[in-house]
Amino acid sequence: MILHRRKLLTGGAGLMGTALLGGCDRFAGTETGRRTLQVGEDANLYVQRLLMSPATLAREFPAAMISPWFKPNGTIDPPDRAYRALAAQKFAAFRLTVDGLVETPLSLSLADLRALPSRTQITRHDCVEGWSCIGQWAGVPLAEVLKRAGLKPQARYAVFHCADTLEYAGSQDGAFLRPGHPGAVREAYVQLAAAEDWGGAPTATDAPKDDWGQGSADSEPEDKRTPIRYYESIDLYDAVNPQTILAYDLNGKPLPVSNGAPLRLRVERQLGYKQAKYVMRVELVGSLAGIGQGGGGYWEDRGYEWYAGI
Amino acid sequence: MAASPALEAPETVDRQGRRWFYRHPLVIRLAHWINAAVLLVLLMSGLQIFNAHPALYWGAVSTFDDPALAITSEQGRDGRSHGVVTVGTHSLDTTGVLGLSRAEGGTEVERAFPSWATLPADQDLATGRRWHFLFAWLLVINGAVYLLYGLFSGQLRRRLIPDGDQIRDFGGSVKEHLLLRFPEGTEAKRYNVIQKLTYLVLVLGLLPAMVLAGLAMSPGMDAAWPWLTELFGGRQSARSVHFIAAGLIVLFVVVHVLLVLVSGLVNNMRGMITGWFSLGRDREHAR
Repeated sequence: MILHRRKLLTGGAGLMGTALLGGCDRFAGTETGRRTLQVGEDANLYVQRLLMSPATLAREFPAAMISPWFKPNGTIDPPDRAYRALAAQKFAAFRLTVDGLVETPLSLSLADLRALPSRTQITRHDCVEGWSCIGQWAGVPLAEVLKRAGLKPQARYAVFHCADTLEYAGSQDGAFLRPGHPGAVREAYVQLAAAEDWGGAPTATDAPKDDWGQGSADSEPEDKRTPIRYYESIDLYDAVNPQTILAYDLNGKPLPVSNGAPLRLRVERQLGYKQAKYVMRVELVGSLAGIGQGGGGYWEDRGYEWYAGI
Repeated sequence: MAASPALEAPETVDRQGRRWFYRHPLVIRLAHWINAAVLLVLLMSGLQIFNAHPALYWGAVSTFDDPALAITSEQGRDGRSHGVVTVGTHSLDTTGVLGLSRAEGGTEVERAFPSWATLPADQDLATGRRWHFLFAWLLVINGAVYLLYGLFSGQLRRRLIPDGDQIRDFGGSVKEHLLLRFPEGTEAKRYNVIQKLTYLVLVLGLLPAMVLAGLAMSPGMDAAWPWLTELFGGRQSARSVHFIAAGLIVLFVVVHVLLVLVSGLVNNMRGMITGWFSLGRDREHAR
């Protein structure tokens, strides 16, 4: 009798365990499941912002702690033809576009950006995968750029449009190109890119030209494949932080292509995938609903948290 | 001086030829089972997160060429892939479980922890993180309720702090425990000294350390509370501590479940489900 009950209990526990975990995966796949699992992100954002102010700085490190090798990841060599043309000329023709909900849209060359007040900081880069590197970044505080553009009162978020194509919308190639997670280095895809010589096609936006404003000279209007280039967003709370910079130097040298040349975002209180590389355009918006699928970034639209403070 | 709180029988009832003791109040029972479920989800989603970069380091940053621990897949001399766990300079072939295992359907996949041990089962860091952070909140809330209740009801002291006589007879208690002799009667109303100390380390040491080491990995928390990350010796150290503490909690659960089995599964389970624990059949024994 006792033995029977014991068997029943242990057998039942095993069965419940299997059902529970299979159920977990099914639950996560439903709309209710997705929304429930997002509660944790909301709580993290709310509580972390209680513990800090917009001006709270991430820790800065002594020069002796700079990592000998700053691991590049995500896109390390954008396959896009337009970007490659810019890189071949050492970004002499590069212009950063600042537009959207601003009083004065800007178009800034690298020389213009370097002429603005600059900030240098030695900070730790924390990848969502778990690894960390310390590097020294120099760049122009985003607040300085926004001050010159002048925010319209409806502006809530800064969206960063980047030069690197990660996949093509709705195409089989897209599925093949898509990296599994933010840390995956895409060397294989880059080789493929060189072979196919892609890039320069119209973007996912309804604009007839590249959404980062490089003109439509290379575009192939009849190309059915719509490239999805990297995009990210932060809110004004992070945008006005003194450490939030558009970095042009890494460890005292111009940013290498593998780390996001010529300009990458540093938003030091968040994880690596927020640090958008190859930034071509900063767009001020009132809502993230019209950006990509509405999550606020390339990885956010693929399940990752918009608030990456943890 | 008043008798120690553990000996003031809160409630005993004689029924069906047994003496029953109301061992676990409702709040403790609920907290226990919520904790069990939450820790399982945290463990499995944690292994999913670990799989995204299956290596550990000490200090602030990652020394990629020289990890303290790594779970990888390597080509062996036989030309086939092997799962390998490397700790310092020592390597261990763990093919089938760690580094290289079979997914559902039988295909061989290179992943640190096998799909049966991770949540979700497939490689999916984004969903793993969402499970982990939601359930981390549940762990904290459940733990806070347990601690506050335990503190104000006196349960924490009664359950976790060894009584004077238990400390004096520490050696005898260890011996009884190792021989798997479990007390009956009045003595069964309280945990033995090893149980008390183990639960004390778990509840006030390991679980809080787990939460703090987790927070120390957060770049937002590092900005708000830099001392916390420093306390662990840097973000990568905090990540390693978090992993080791998870291992110790798993070890605790294994031993805990084994002891529940050998010391009377039905009585223990009844105790933790209904609250009522049998002190034994013999009334003389259960004074």
